[in-house]
Amino acid sequence: MFAFIIRRFIQAALVIVIISIIAFAIKQNVGDPVRAITGISVSAAEREAMRDQLGLNDPVFIQYLRFSKDALHGDFGNSFFYKKPAVDVILSKAPATIELVFVTSLIVIGLSIPLGVYSAIYPKNLFSRFLMGASIVGVSIPVFLIAIMMIYLFSIKLGWLPSFGRGELVSIGGWDTGMLTLDGWLHLIMPSVALSSIMLPLFIRLIRSEMMEILESEYVKFAWAKGLTKHRVWFVHAFKNTLLTVITVGGVQLGITIAFTILTETVFQWQGLGFLFMEAVERADASLLVAYLMFVGIVMVGVNTIVDIIYGMVNPTVRITGVK
Amino acid sequence: MSSLLEVKDLVIKFGLRTGDVTATTGVSFTIEKGEKLGLVGESGAGKSVTGFSIIVLISKPGYVADGHILFKGTDLTKISSEEMRNIRGNRISMIFQDPMMTLNPVLTIGTQMTETLLAHNPKMSMKEASEIALEKLRKVHIPSPEKRLEQYPHEFSGGMRQRIIIAIALITDPEIIIADEPTTALDVTIQAEIMDLISELCETEDMGFILITHDLAVVASVTENIAVMYAGRIVEKGRTRDVIDNPQHPYTKGLIKALPEGAKGSNRLNQIKGMMPTLTNIPDGCAFNPRCPYVMDICKTDEPSLIQVKGMDTQAACFLCKEEVFTNE
Repeated sequence: MFAFIIRRFIQAALVIVIISIIAFAIKQNVGDPVRAITGISVSAAEREAMRDQLGLNDPVFIQYLRFSKDALHGDFGNSFFYKKPAVDVILSKAPATIELVFVTSLIVIGLSIPLGVYSAIYPKNLFSRFLMGASIVGVSIPVFLIAIMMIYLFSIKLGWLPSFGRGELVSIGGWDTGMLTLDGWLHLIMPSVALSSIMLPLFIRLIRSEMMEILESEYVKFAWAKGLTKHRVWFVHAFKNTLLTVITVGGVQLGITIAFTILTETVFQWQGLGFLFMEAVERADASLLVAYLMFVGIVMVGVNTIVDIIYGMVNPTVRITGVK
Repeated sequence: MSSLLEVKDLVIKFGLRTGDVTATTGVSFTIEKGEKLGLVGESGAGKSVTGFSIIVLISKPGYVADGHILFKGTDLTKISSEEMRNIRGNRISMIFQDPMMTLNPVLTIGTQMTETLLAHNPKMSMKEASEIALEKLRKVHIPSPEKRLEQYPHEFSGGMRQRIIIAIALITDPEIIIADEPTTALDVTIQAEIMDLISELCETEDMGFILITHDLAVVASVTENIAVMYAGRIVEKGRTRDVIDNPQHPYTKGLIKALPEGAKGSNRLNQIKGMMPTLTNIPDGCAFNPRCPYVMDICKTDEPSLIQVKGMDTQAACFLCKEEVFTNE
């Protein structure tokens, strides 16, 4: 198991290096740092001198090394709009997105497992059929449309829920959380429901189809033949195997959820990373874009590594290959 | 005193959209304590579904349409599902065909063994259950069983896994064991070992044993009684020795001729011409008539019933056989 974890970490580091190369390529091609610093009233000769001084005329490889050295120290340059280090900007906005993704994951996990398992055990039941129909509809409607429809219904027509922002925040050691106030929770409901509208139906269908297949397997048949109770067969024999697939797909899906935060945060004016990213793109704020890319990349790689380790703990065959 | 297991006129049907399809018709046999019965036939003859019907575990949309399955006088088709659960895996156990597929890959051998005990004896402690599991693993000759309990199925070879499955089947000291092709998925060298182990255990534990297989050689070496199935019917039934040495039904004759030993001197193996009819397409009269070398006119219109063959212990369903007439003298 230990060797397996070490190997996963090495792989994760490699992926982060590749992401950093992509981020570096973006930095090289978006905007000209010299112009950003100087403005228009500087002569071409002075610009050239400045380029030399900043090392912009060095070979690309040297520049990349310098970039990664800075990156390792958490330095991605200053955001020209916020006039602050890009990392600080990212870190100040991260809690909003992390809370949104966290609540969304809770909704998805909390609902998809019971609903998916139920509809696998009773596939012909009326509720299961309704669930399957509804999940197709859920997957088909774009996130932003659901978000706008929810705002129309719950904010404008009924006036129950606030339509934008994070509401009242409490700061704990630099982490602004909306999860400690009622107002903060009210603001969280609609964005997280909208964000889960894509993942939830997908997960229900995934769990259902996987579980149905496993319920047909020989070892489940043997479990019945041993005279086990139905709960033992369903929740120990079948569900534990279903989990393997759900964990694998779940890790990847969490990454996609982060991508969908861009849409959700824009519609709900949620002051998180997705919203920040949209602003940075509009302003061609290269340092901020690079910092965002690296941050999301590291989060994704981190999550996937954790998922793999959990998978290794659930699946005994993985554990053994790791020991070799 | 009623028999250990008595299957009477069992009719199993599969409810399909196009209507019901009959998988077995009028299947009857009995088995006593310590008796070994072989259920033989080609794929699709209805032998597996008969085996599963005994533990009331036919996969949907199959169901028992008619007949009785009497286990010590209790009709298993009539009792509640909870009562049946307590018999299944406890008093009647089953061994499956493919040991690579039968054990759950994410649970340890220990868990898969003890859970059977705990399911039927809710008051038993985990420690007691582990003790029994260890004892059974020793019985099926698994080396260092203490270590093995903690291991997962993928750490065992096919033959070892089948031994573990046998140990699981034995763990509650059942009265009947049903084995559905227990050696088909194994290496030839291991087949004999496993078969010997099962039959030896059946003898020492005095259990009833139903062996479902297409392999006449295995049946001949293990069982005392045999029932040959064709297209959902029993076509011949009797003592294994009698049936193998002196088969009465043309289908049984064909099966025995098809054994490799029957082809001595010639280069080709003997075979029965044609294929077994599909369940939706069983011919009128005797189901075997299109393939039968001795077919007569009556075979195409009337269905022969199982009769006691004159001068023998065997029963066969064929118009060629003369019925023993018992007179009350």
